[in-house]
Amino acid sequence: MHNRLNTRGDVDYLRVDSLNAAVSALAKGPRKILAGGTDVFPSLQDRPLVGAILDISGIAELGDINFDGGYWRIGAAASWRSVIDADLPPAFDALKTAAREVGSVQIQNRATIIGNLCNASPAADGVPPLLILNAEVEIAAKAGLRHLPLSAFILGNRKTALKANEMVSALRIPLESTVGKSGFLKLGARSYLVISISMAALRLDVDAAGLISTIALSVGACSEVAMRMDRAEAALLGTPLATATERVMLEHFDALAPIDDVRAPASYRRQASVEVVRRLLADQQRDFASGINA
Amino acid sequence: MTYFTLNGRIVTSQLPASTRLSDVLRNEMDLFGTKIGCNAGDCGACSVLLDGAPICSCLTAIGQVEGAEVTSIEGLHEAGKIAGLQDSFLAYGAAQCGICTPGMLVAAHALLAENPAPSRCDVQNALGGVLCRCTGYSKIIDAVLAVGTGIGVPLSPKGGCSVGSPIRHIDGQPKVDASLVYGDDQVPHDAVLVRVIRSPHHYASFQIGDKAAFLAEQPGILAVLDASDVPGRNCFGVIPPFADQPVFAETTALYRGDAVAAIVGDPDSVSRFDEADFPISWEPHDTMLTPESSTSSGAPKLHNSRDGNILVRGYVECGDADKALAAAKHQVNVRTKTPFIEHAYIEPESGYAVLEGSRIVIHGCTQAAQMDRESLAEIMGMDLAKIRVVPSACGGGFGAKLDVSFQPYVALAAWVLKRPARICYSRGESMRASTKRHPSDIRLSIGCDEKGEISGFVFDGVFNTGAYASWGPTVANRVPIHACGPYKTTDYRAKSVAVHTNAPPAGAFRGFGVPQSAIAQECAYDLLAEKVGMDRLAFRRRNALKNGVPTVTGQVFKSGVGIDECFEALEECWQSALLKAANFNEVAIKNGSPWRRGVGVASCWYGCGNTSLPNPSTMRIGVTSSGVVVLHQGAMDIGQGANTVITQIAADALGLPVHEVQIVGGDTDLTPDCGKTSASRQTFVSGKAAMLSGNALREILIRQGNVDSDAQINFDGSLLLLNDAAGGFARIDLSELPVNDFGYVFMAEETYDPPTSPLNDKGQGIPYAVFGYGAQMMELSVDCVLGQVKLETVTTAHDVGRAINPLLIEGQIEGGVAQGLGLALMEDYQPGRTENLHDYLIPTIGDIPEFNHVIIEVPDEEGPYGAKGLGEHVLIPTAPAILNAIRHATGASVFDLPATPDKIFAAITALEEKAKRSG
Repeated sequence: MHNRLNTRGDVDYLRVDSLNAAVSALAKGPRKILAGGTDVFPSLQDRPLVGAILDISGIAELGDINFDGGYWRIGAAASWRSVIDADLPPAFDALKTAAREVGSVQIQNRATIIGNLCNASPAADGVPPLLILNAEVEIAAKAGLRHLPLSAFILGNRKTALKANEMVSALRIPLESTVGKSGFLKLGARSYLVISISMAALRLDVDAAGLISTIALSVGACSEVAMRMDRAEAALLGTPLATATERVMLEHFDALAPIDDVRAPASYRRQASVEVVRRLLADQQRDFASGINA
Repeated sequence: MTYFTLNGRIVTSQLPASTRLSDVLRNEMDLFGTKIGCNAGDCGACSVLLDGAPICSCLTAIGQVEGAEVTSIEGLHEAGKIAGLQDSFLAYGAAQCGICTPGMLVAAHALLAENPAPSRCDVQNALGGVLCRCTGYSKIIDAVLAVGTGIGVPLSPKGGCSVGSPIRHIDGQPKVDASLVYGDDQVPHDAVLVRVIRSPHHYASFQIGDKAAFLAEQPGILAVLDASDVPGRNCFGVIPPFADQPVFAETTALYRGDAVAAIVGDPDSVSRFDEADFPISWEPHDTMLTPESSTSSGAPKLHNSRDGNILVRGYVECGDADKALAAAKHQVNVRTKTPFIEHAYIEPESGYAVLEGSRIVIHGCTQAAQMDRESLAEIMGMDLAKIRVVPSACGGGFGAKLDVSFQPYVALAAWVLKRPARICYSRGESMRASTKRHPSDIRLSIGCDEKGEISGFVFDGVFNTGAYASWGPTVANRVPIHACGPYKTTDYRAKSVAVHTNAPPAGAFRGFGVPQSAIAQECAYDLLAEKVGMDRLAFRRRNALKNGVPTVTGQVFKSGVGIDECFEALEECWQSALLKAANFNEVAIKNGSPWRRGVGVASCWYGCGNTSLPNPSTMRIGVTSSGVVVLHQGAMDIGQGANTVITQIAADALGLPVHEVQIVGGDTDLTPDCGKTSASRQTFVSGKAAMLSGNALREILIRQGNVDSDAQINFDGSLLLLNDAAGGFARIDLSELPVNDFGYVFMAEETYDPPTSPLNDKGQGIPYAVFGYGAQMMELSVDCVLGQVKLETVTTAHDVGRAINPLLIEGQIEGGVAQGLGLALMEDYQPGRTENLHDYLIPTIGDIPEFNHVIIEVPDEEGPYGAKGLGEHVLIPTAPAILNAIRHATGASVFDLPATPDKIFAAITALEEKAKRSG
């Protein structure tokens, strides 16, 4: 591979094959980063893609999903499809389910998980499953790497902590956050190619007595940024999984601030989120019950 | 430059690396099989394989495929890799308009390459990213599942035997090999590109600035066109007395999307142009998006001649509705509302114009070539003879491609610059500018006696007709005639009004307002049946219209009224579905499941052809001196299958096998006027003209050979051979005969115009020569806690009079049901908010129920071989059947469409709270 500059008129398109080349280019000036293209192109609304572009989709080292002993790493060029295909612990099942429900097969083949985070839509399907894994965002610049918890990376609707000369190089998920099993549930007004009205991700584990020993719960599309449901987690931790659905209360979700939009009114979003969480818990009840029986 | 492998060959793209792969394929590689429907990954029409995996080529920069392997539909076709899929798509009728077919085939091929024996669910998952607006997806699923299971050879019925045979679309092959030419395919390479500047405001005055200075600053832009450039009348409209839409608004834009100017120039400059740089100043006004606001006191008039912003009113009255209602034992009152519905054909409006001497030739997608021609002659101030319209393939229409759209802009640009000029609307532009289904606000009261017989029916419908007239008058006239449904209604009063607003022009969309009124009527019928304590289907059958019973306009059919036959056909599965639902719900309640099963039924009737207006079609059929039979078939095939059905009819009338009749399409220079493809009229009206011309040509040939009328006709090269049963024989050498002006040695041309009569001031008269009838039964499940609906099975029973082609009929029904379920459950066009295909949701392959069809044939006296229209009928019962099934499942009624999960949830919650209060 070679680094190739294609310039014509208003287009300055740089395709690089290493992270080093990418951050060097960014150090010289800001560039629009192009990976899967599934957010970049729709945002143009039929206009051509112009300006300074940094194509990172050919950086082989960023396409991997692997485990380095301490962390699971997902590279910035890894597609949803590669998440589906990767051999990952059950704690990633939520992420895999989300991957299968992103857009369509065509989108999953191109769109990257990290692009989904950088686009910072309130309805980004990747955020809830990564919040329950305590994912950290690895940010690269010429000066070096820095790490931010995902919750500190996405600052608001279409707003991230990324600076002009930086790019996200990877996500890392600490081993200790991959305990237990997980699930993801998305609510939309049709099948396929649908933006969520509400979604939730849940990871939990139970002890020998059937008490919830680990729990992480997040809800998306019901606030500017998807968030962990701390109150619900606190209410459920240490309690029996078998009766957990009964302990989920509307007030546990007070931190959500859903909006009215073309997809649904806020009141429905709030109610539906609670139900989606109950269903995820019910799935886990069945899962663990069948696990015990087996 | 970018090197990559395309369909097995290494190629180089000279375009900037940031160019979309889809644009490289189409504009640089001349591969037009990859279609562009949205440029946003929402429709999947542009699917190609990248290193074997399906992707959207509109979301991939050419720089990203450097060194990679791209396979487009052409590559798969040429390598023979999709031969099985193609054959299966043809056998199942899985390609209608064909615009989504390349994307479907690419996605299906990728699936089968990984999984040669997929399940139904696997197919849905694999094709979920490709939208189809025609087929209802079911035949596509079946076609993919059937690959490799042994598809029979295509049917090829004998002469005179094709009517009734489920033959494949005769024009299907170019759809599955992606060689069919649509509006933006194969445009002249030297064409300038036209881009229309449209109002970003719902209602605003404007002033265009210094055009000369603008042009001087923009070297690639060759012309700015505005109202001052229109040589003829700056006005068009589908109904000439109501024509009111300007090619370019002159001082005030009446809706968001109204055209105010156009720029024309080299394609690169025009596509890169930032509209913010166009010299125009806007003064927005207070917006009136609803009839409430535009009819409130002091509201400004949008059209000088239309007081109160009322476009037109419709009215039908018979008997004494008030008296009958007062005397009724039971009465229900409902109010239903529906929003704007977008047609969402996957092919945006597109085409090009070229000059041929002093004539303008317009190529592109349309449903009404002859009407386009008439409008353009007026707009260009030219003789009709100077305008030629050559329809391309039409990638879906559903009513919105009846109106003039892109045609004036390319005609004007070509005329001004003396160069070919092309245009292709973006998805956003298509959605903003094009017509929509009328939003409705309907108040309805129906009464009945203790036996369930209808007693009094009062209907009042307000339709938001948007900024311009379009088909508003048709909707206002059709609705009061149809609002009673196919039921005996002796005391009836229905009024409708079409009201102007600053919304997009509401026009024709499959059913012209009748789907909206049927929702009110069929939902009210369920409520009434419950009050009487009758089975809902039995209640409908008690009131079903019969032969000899006057309709609400006083029309009496001696035969052909087939609605009760449709209901009867549903009877058995209705009873078993009710039982199944009851059992399901018993178990669900026991298990604490949130799911409830429900069953709903609804019906339709629909008059075929124009309402009380002349509506002729003319067909020409000729024999060349070399023995080729040519049918000049001007009924636009927009995917529904007119080319096939009408040829079947003509071939049978003539007595030839259908595959021996060649067709010439709707080029206005070559083919007589067959009217527009609308109002479910082509099988009936154009089909009848085809039958008459086929009969006439047969008679000419028989007379020429002096044989008996039962003679078989055969061609052997230029020899015409005629054999009758009595042994009579004739052999005519066609090459020795004189050729007429049209190039034929024998020719017949016949016109059919359905007999109707004007309606009087109470709407009494003969609006249509033929009605078609139908009923649908929907089984579904509702998640009562989340309000989500899962459609299980729909059973349809449509009376088509005579099923000319049962395969195509099923295709029409399934496509209509898909659009009906979109209307019921998800579709909601909001100007400025849902102008793309991810905020405006249409059904995907995962939203479709399973289909059972019963085709009913109660012959009509007028229709060819007894056939009736079908195209619009099929959409009408679906939405009310769904709403009735939701109510059956949950007890909750949703009358404000679409019935999205939040509305169903709210209705169920309200019901529970009411129960708590009263309990």
